[in-house]
Amino acid sequence: MSRILIVAEHDGAKLNASTAKCVSCARSVPDAEITILVLASDGAAVAAEASRLAGVKTVLRIDRPENGHALAAILAPQVAALAAPFTHVFGPSTTFGKDLMPRVAALLDAPQLSDIMAAESATRFRRPTYAGNAIVTVEVDAGVKIVATVRTASFEAAGADGTAAVETASADVALPTHTRFAGVSAASTDRPDLQSAARVISGGRALGSADNFKLIYGLAAKLGAAVGASRAAVDAGFAPSDMQVGQTGKIIAPELYIAIGISGAIQHLTGIKDARTIVAINKDGEAPIFEVADIGLVGDLFSIVPELEKLLTA
Amino acid sequence: MKRILVCTKRVIDFNVRVRVKPDGSGVITDGVKMSLNPFDEIALEEALRIRERGGAEEVVAVTIGPADCQQQLRTALAMGADRAIHVVHDGGIEPLTAARVFMKLIGKEQPFLVLLGKQAIDDDNNQTGQMLAALWERPQATFASKVELTETTARVTREVDAGLETLEVDLPAVVTTDLRLNEPRYVKLPDIMKAKKKPLESLPFAELGVTAAARVKVVRTEPPAQRQKGIMVKDTQELVAALRKRGVI
Repeated sequence: MSRILIVAEHDGAKLNASTAKCVSCARSVPDAEITILVLASDGAAVAAEASRLAGVKTVLRIDRPENGHALAAILAPQVAALAAPFTHVFGPSTTFGKDLMPRVAALLDAPQLSDIMAAESATRFRRPTYAGNAIVTVEVDAGVKIVATVRTASFEAAGADGTAAVETASADVALPTHTRFAGVSAASTDRPDLQSAARVISGGRALGSADNFKLIYGLAAKLGAAVGASRAAVDAGFAPSDMQVGQTGKIIAPELYIAIGISGAIQHLTGIKDARTIVAINKDGEAPIFEVADIGLVGDLFSIVPELEKLLTA
Repeated sequence: MKRILVCTKRVIDFNVRVRVKPDGSGVITDGVKMSLNPFDEIALEEALRIRERGGAEEVVAVTIGPADCQQQLRTALAMGADRAIHVVHDGGIEPLTAARVFMKLIGKEQPFLVLLGKQAIDDDNNQTGQMLAALWERPQATFASKVELTETTARVTREVDAGLETLEVDLPAVVTTDLRLNEPRYVKLPDIMKAKKKPLESLPFAELGVTAAARVKVVRTEPPAQRQKGIMVKDTQELVAALRKRGVI
């Protein structure tokens, strides 16, 4: 039997959607018993939410004032201290999990598998390399504890009809004081969350300016969509970095993805290839984005986007 | 001496379209251009800028790999690293082993700052920096887009999913670099000539006393699944009709 520990990602009040995807990944491992670990300053609400995820047996909760901000140097020793009875330790492949899990792996002297997209057995997993251009199947030696980050775009969220027991746990470890949270500047949150939205509209360099980029916000509002951007658009200062979609930004899997004025560099395509429907609007008919698009429209975005907005209003 | 260690990796060049071998045993590397991992190049650039503003006295570039890696270390020296260390090892190593090797070099060099890319663009693991910080029992600041140093601390702005997070960490520390931290300088011909005279030390892997863990085996390498060919529409009306037909709006 596999005993899988999942480190919950949350903001102190609510569970991040990535945790339910980790649960689905864990459920795809044969004969798995799943535990979620909530590290927080007060994890009551988050633990209650985690306990409703389908397929989870136990939720462990450690409340410590130091856990108020998710700092890898603080969280990793606690995760490692609880990991002994588990065969696998999973976290999401978000910036939270990417930061934390390798530190946990090193403390456990365990190998880490990054961005797992499928479990073929308890020891055999598939993951992307070379920006998604080569998919490798890896086998971990029997008896070796496996730390992994889960590529959330590869899994549906687990349902919310579970009834796991919530237990209070403690990790008797000294925590370092060498790492201190100094602040976060979050982007506006009045739009749907990019990583979990069903519809995403992204703009690229062809928008030409931060002012023109507002065209994307207008259309997104009409469709109730989240807004993304290509790396080129972020580098040019048209959109903030947390909107970047692609290999080094966010990897997403919405129902509908509309790429506007994005040529489709391989690093961008890596971030969207699990979208159900991809629409490309670009004035260059030879742009690589059209190779992956389900629906393509060649033309000037500055006339197409307003037209589209009008048609969707009618 | 106030020293920065920059850990680097030789990888297939960013601009090469990577292809999987027909027998599934890996990707094609014969005759393919190799380069410094671009994220490590950003790490090196940051180290050089810190030194140029007087925040460090020496920048040491290090790598692990076969003999050919010396080309990339020469590039690092040409960019401006003062010296380089090449840990000679044939074949791939796991990130935790790389971290253990870098830990040995930290013991030798006593840096106040270790900089490296957030990930290498071959395996896309994004692990080594965090593992190194854990083994060293020092702070980590990953995905850095801004680094400000004082005598005893680093204030690092990180690109995270929620936006930009700022951490204050005590030195020494490990910082892993993201794309927007800086734009690496171009290497000029005289610098390439000068780099040939800079010290490049070779250390056989076996002499470091690190056991190479090999607990993860790649059993198959495949190209990604292709999406089905889509349709082209001629105007926005057709586009909206096609979206309605697919039931996505």
